[in-house]
Amino acid sequence: MQSKIDSLRVEIEEALKGDVNREAFKAAREKYLSKKGIVPSLMTELRNFSPEERPVMGKLINEFKVWAEARFDEVEEGIKKAELEKKNSAEAVDVTMPGIRNNTGALHPITLVKKELIDILSGLGFEIFEGPEIETDYYNFTALNVPKDHPARDAQDTFYFSDDILLRTHTSPGQIRTMLSKKPPIKVIVPGRVFRCDDDATHTPMFHQMEGLLVDKNITLCHLYGMLDRLAKSLFSDDVKTRLRPSYFPFTEPSVEVDVTCCECGGSGCGLCKGTGWIEVLGAGMVNRNVLIECGLDPEEYSGFAFGIGLDRIAMLKYGMNNIHILFDNDIRTLKQFKKHDK
Amino acid sequence: MKAPLSWLKDYVDIDIPVSELEKKLFDGGLEVEELIYLGKEISRCVVGVITAMEKHADSDHLQICKLDCGDEYGREIQIVTGADNVFVGAHVPVALDNSTLAGGVKIKKGKLRGVESNGMLCSGEELGITDDMYPGADVYGILILPEDTVPGTDIKEVVGLDDYIFDIGVTANRPDCQSIIGIAREIAAILGKKVKEPALDFNAVKEANDEAIKVSVEAGDICPRYIAHFVKDVKIEKSPQWMRKRLFLNGLNSINNIVDITNFILLELGQPMHAFDLTTLEDKTIVVRRAKDKEKITTLDEKEFELTENNLVICDSKKPVALAGIMGGLNSEIKDNTENVLFESAKFARDSVRKTSRALGQTSDSSLKFGKGVDEYTTEMAMKRALHLIDELGAGTVAETHFDISNGDKSVRTIKTTFAKINGVLGIEVPKETIVDILTRLEFNLEVNGEEISATAPLYREDVYSYEDLAEEVIRLYGYDHIPASKLDTAEVTDGGLNLGQKLEYKMKNALAKQGVFETVNFSFYSTKDLDMLHYAEDAEERNAIRILNPITENYSIMCTTLAPVMVNTIVRNYRNGNKSGRFFELAHVFKSEEASLTKLPEEIMTLSLGAYGDDENFFTVKGILEGMAEEFGLKLEFIKSEKSFLHPGMTADILVNGEVVGFMGRLSHQVEEELVLGKPSFVAEINYDMLKQHFGVSMKYVPISQFDEVERDFALICDENVTCGEIESTMRKACKYITEVNLFDVFRSEKLGVGKKSMAFNVIFTPEDKELSAKEMDKFTTKILKDLEFKLGIQLR
Repeated sequence: MQSKIDSLRVEIEEALKGDVNREAFKAAREKYLSKKGIVPSLMTELRNFSPEERPVMGKLINEFKVWAEARFDEVEEGIKKAELEKKNSAEAVDVTMPGIRNNTGALHPITLVKKELIDILSGLGFEIFEGPEIETDYYNFTALNVPKDHPARDAQDTFYFSDDILLRTHTSPGQIRTMLSKKPPIKVIVPGRVFRCDDDATHTPMFHQMEGLLVDKNITLCHLYGMLDRLAKSLFSDDVKTRLRPSYFPFTEPSVEVDVTCCECGGSGCGLCKGTGWIEVLGAGMVNRNVLIECGLDPEEYSGFAFGIGLDRIAMLKYGMNNIHILFDNDIRTLKQFKKHDK
Repeated sequence: MKAPLSWLKDYVDIDIPVSELEKKLFDGGLEVEELIYLGKEISRCVVGVITAMEKHADSDHLQICKLDCGDEYGREIQIVTGADNVFVGAHVPVALDNSTLAGGVKIKKGKLRGVESNGMLCSGEELGITDDMYPGADVYGILILPEDTVPGTDIKEVVGLDDYIFDIGVTANRPDCQSIIGIAREIAAILGKKVKEPALDFNAVKEANDEAIKVSVEAGDICPRYIAHFVKDVKIEKSPQWMRKRLFLNGLNSINNIVDITNFILLELGQPMHAFDLTTLEDKTIVVRRAKDKEKITTLDEKEFELTENNLVICDSKKPVALAGIMGGLNSEIKDNTENVLFESAKFARDSVRKTSRALGQTSDSSLKFGKGVDEYTTEMAMKRALHLIDELGAGTVAETHFDISNGDKSVRTIKTTFAKINGVLGIEVPKETIVDILTRLEFNLEVNGEEISATAPLYREDVYSYEDLAEEVIRLYGYDHIPASKLDTAEVTDGGLNLGQKLEYKMKNALAKQGVFETVNFSFYSTKDLDMLHYAEDAEERNAIRILNPITENYSIMCTTLAPVMVNTIVRNYRNGNKSGRFFELAHVFKSEEASLTKLPEEIMTLSLGAYGDDENFFTVKGILEGMAEEFGLKLEFIKSEKSFLHPGMTADILVNGEVVGFMGRLSHQVEEELVLGKPSFVAEINYDMLKQHFGVSMKYVPISQFDEVERDFALICDENVTCGEIESTMRKACKYITEVNLFDVFRSEKLGVGKKSMAFNVIFTPEDKELSAKEMDKFTTKILKDLEFKLGIQLR
């Protein structure tokens, strides 16, 4: 029996030798280890032995069977491992190939700037009001302390529909509409489209502004500066410096321009800021008493400040565009760039 | 306003460098937009004296000169010149080796016919000057300088080129600064100096025939002040050089002494003046009145205008002789033989001048100045100044005949307030003494009584009304850098932030951007051509557009009534720019009004437009964008076949929400695509956003996941071509309430199915409510669904 087992052991090793494939392996396993296979069949030979010898032989056969099963398992493990490796390598990808994704679009740069300003100012307690784009002379001029013969009406080359109805030349009518509809404290911003008869390299007949208005008791120029300094820092960076300088708008008194240190050169002077180190970003001032009176507010009780920002100009400054017309060309190669923006 | 430094120095002692002055003016609200150095092109050009001359051996016109240019540049510089007006002892401008002259000309030493020449002797023209700037500069040949000029002196100092022009941006509230004296007054205030006011004295002579002149104002409402004065025995001559130089530096040509005086005063004081030849005035009469309809005038520049009652004119007893404030008439022009002159200094209403100027398309320095505003104080001062100059120049005899007709408000405005109010505007404590000092420097008349202050603005300042104005005057000279950035000190609560509608607008935009759509921004106006482009019918509602009375161009002449043409233009522009595909949207107002001429504000309807083009786009990709957007608001859009003048008849749909039509979508018709030479399938959609948003109110509520398994069934159906997917879906849904989804997954046509037939395959999902759906129940549903499909739509199971 021992010799038979030994020769079977050699036979099995022979069958499992080398890169045995799964089919040959299965056949060999079937041949040796299935119920009626050669190894289990050895048990049937026990009857040829005497009862004294049978336990010894039985043990020999069992040990051999355990060995054979372990041997087959071991080889099968190897086969599985080889198969997995083959599969893995077949499935391997070039990780540097482009990812597959849905193409996304983007919001327009003016919308991005507008949203950013709204986020900053709504955080400071301003609500958002949107007035009509076609306005009356009263809201656009008269109530804003721009009487009929005022030269400012010329500067603002207005599109008219009739003597009294026009395309708003600024978002300032929003100040009047707000003050007529609610009592102070007022903190409101008015973003929107505005229109002027101008179409050249640096002007478009339509552009965008955002008006701001704050009215309460004891508001001073210091508060105006504090708010607009904060706004400029949030919009550009905490490093920018701001300054006020005298200006004129009929609806504010005193009136100022707010300049920020040039975002391109940081204030040392460059082409963008024409060597001055400063860039004009918005106009502002203390609400003119005539405007308060027109809106039924007593200028001895209330004061406030207003400001106006050109959204197109801010977009051009922030994104480094040198021509306002780019904003209205809507070329997809431009628009695609705004998938990424900082805020 | 252009102000030469040399002229400003006549009125105020400027003792700081120009760069410092520029900064101080800027801080005070007068931005120097450009600072021009007159001698910027001229370098290394000095005074030299010719000490010796000899003829060039090889030339019959060249002379070899030896020049004394002082110790610094050399006492014996040899220069060859071709000019024949030079002589030994002449003082001349010498352009040395490596010098530059007007127009960027560079001079280097060299040889002229073999003789060394170390520079060039210059003419006035080579220095960029004329006689008006420096006497003798127009002479043909070398500019001969006075004998007292010192050799080696920079020529710029000698001929007046060592000067600066300040080009100052003046804000609309300060018309008084549109003059040299105005700028000088500001500089004086800034520097704390006194202004030297121009001389106004003159001698008037009484003459018997003076009485005959008559002046009257009929249109006092638009002519608040009219002053006229008679000057006789006028001698028309060239103006003195100092006056011509002033005019030249401000870009004006000298004409003759009388006209130059009026131009000089316009620059110096900012008051436009006019001079009439009295002998041309019928009946020696001046009437200031509105023009009669169709009355005509020919102005000095020989242009004829037909007038209306809106135009203010200066007339004699018969006809207009000047367009008030704009330009004189040719008929009353000062000529070389003019002897009697009537000077005019007036204030005309600024909008009257502006409107006439614009209506006639005729502008002048005078009309621009009147448009900005003129004050009566200066009107009066200007007449005195003109008469003084007549006297000073000896240009004529000033008569006593003087007219001054005033219709204006003469009241003096005094602001009574307190220091606390002024500081209350600023939010800082400017010391009382400082406030008084600043306002005094600005020539305000002050009365201080403890904490109270009364301030009367100088008469040339018509922009000061209230203590806020005083606060502005104080802070611009005190310095805005004194203002600290302060947080609000009241803690008033305001409701900040976007309201719900505004938030949803951003959500909608983001929902589109997520699907690859790019936001665009376009002008709110277009032209009828854009409507023609999309073949809108003559009576289409879209043609009922609001027209701009004064458009820049016909292309932007009517307000948008639909965004579709704008979107189509965006697609066309992108396609022509070489972009192969694109998806766009815009959210903007369209404008509707029943009125042809507006008397009230029109309706502004927020409108969403969508556009897409490219090889990968089809009706369903575009529809999918809209469905995806709607889904974010819990909305289900319905699409019903429709038609539009510019859309493909088989690919057009109305868009409905809850049974209401809110817009349309479709592919551009082949005709339109061809006309626009669009090589890619192009789709547009337009939705009334104001209507759409009415349906946005759905609030998000969690629905528990069903405990029971969903059941799926596939149906492959054969139906007639004209049966729509929507009909099949709604029939199925009606047949069984458990259906939660009907998804079309295949459509095909084949010979085997036959002509006019198609096969549509649907995957249908049944979701149980409170118990599992049994096989028996499912069989029942299926049977019912198929029966309904057959009965209602004639559909067979494949």
